[in-house]
Amino acid sequence: MATVELRFSAQPEHVRTARLVAAAVARRAGVDEAALDEVRLAVGEACSRAVGLHRSHGIVAPVRVVLTEEEKAFSIEVGDEVPGAGRGAAAGVEGAEPEAEGEGADDQMGLAVISGLVDDVEVSSDEDGGVIRMSWPANPASAGS
Amino acid sequence: MDLSLSTRTVTGRGGDRTVVEVGGEIDVYTAPKLREQLVELVNDGSYHLVVDMEGVDFLDSTGLGVLVGGLKRVRAHEGSLRLVCNQERILKIFRITGLTKVFPIHNTVEEAVEATD
Repeated sequence: MATVELRFSAQPEHVRTARLVAAAVARRAGVDEAALDEVRLAVGEACSRAVGLHRSHGIVAPVRVVLTEEEKAFSIEVGDEVPGAGRGAAAGVEGAEPEAEGEGADDQMGLAVISGLVDDVEVSSDEDGGVIRMSWPANPASAGS
Repeated sequence: MDLSLSTRTVTGRGGDRTVVEVGGEIDVYTAPKLREQLVELVNDGSYHLVVDMEGVDFLDSTGLGVLVGGLKRVRAHEGSLRLVCNQERILKIFRITGLTKVFPIHNTVEEAVEATD
């Protein structure tokens, strides 16, 4: 069951809100203080990518962020509603060209950053849209208030 | 926190350098402002830029894309783009994307301004 679920309209200005919420929930879930910067950056990258995909495909539906506290882990799912987007973009990671400019290049660099930062990450996609799922070890006993 | 930008010209051994002091968060929302600033400087003939990132709290791949775009623009005019950054959390993003090999990264603005290679 989701601990916190967030839906926001696909506008760049809301990505910061998603980062702040994710970091706050991760801290409460007992994610190591040193990993919170990673959580913040990774969720920001995933949300920026989803916002870009929705906008470029003219999709008005909100971007979905699901933050889940598990027994020994904290997971984040960022979902978009662009069919098949994850597949194509995931294939692009290996051939990412950071020298290139434009939306496609940003998208690939975003995924490159996520895969560099997060050990446990899955990018999937089907006809309903794509999901980036990431998780970090958490120790709820050490969670701050 | 929003993005803050200010520019000044400093003369180093190699000539005039335009120092762009950036503060706050560079992300998908604020990066276009930094892009505009860099494009404007290059259009106005400033081809040797030093981007001081000591006041940056957050940087994502959109921000990296803007910096790479700036580098491309100044290189088209035989110029340079140097970064000033000591913050580990920011440097980490340059490392995992391999961009430490693309940008000269300095510890201080003075060092970046005096660099000529």
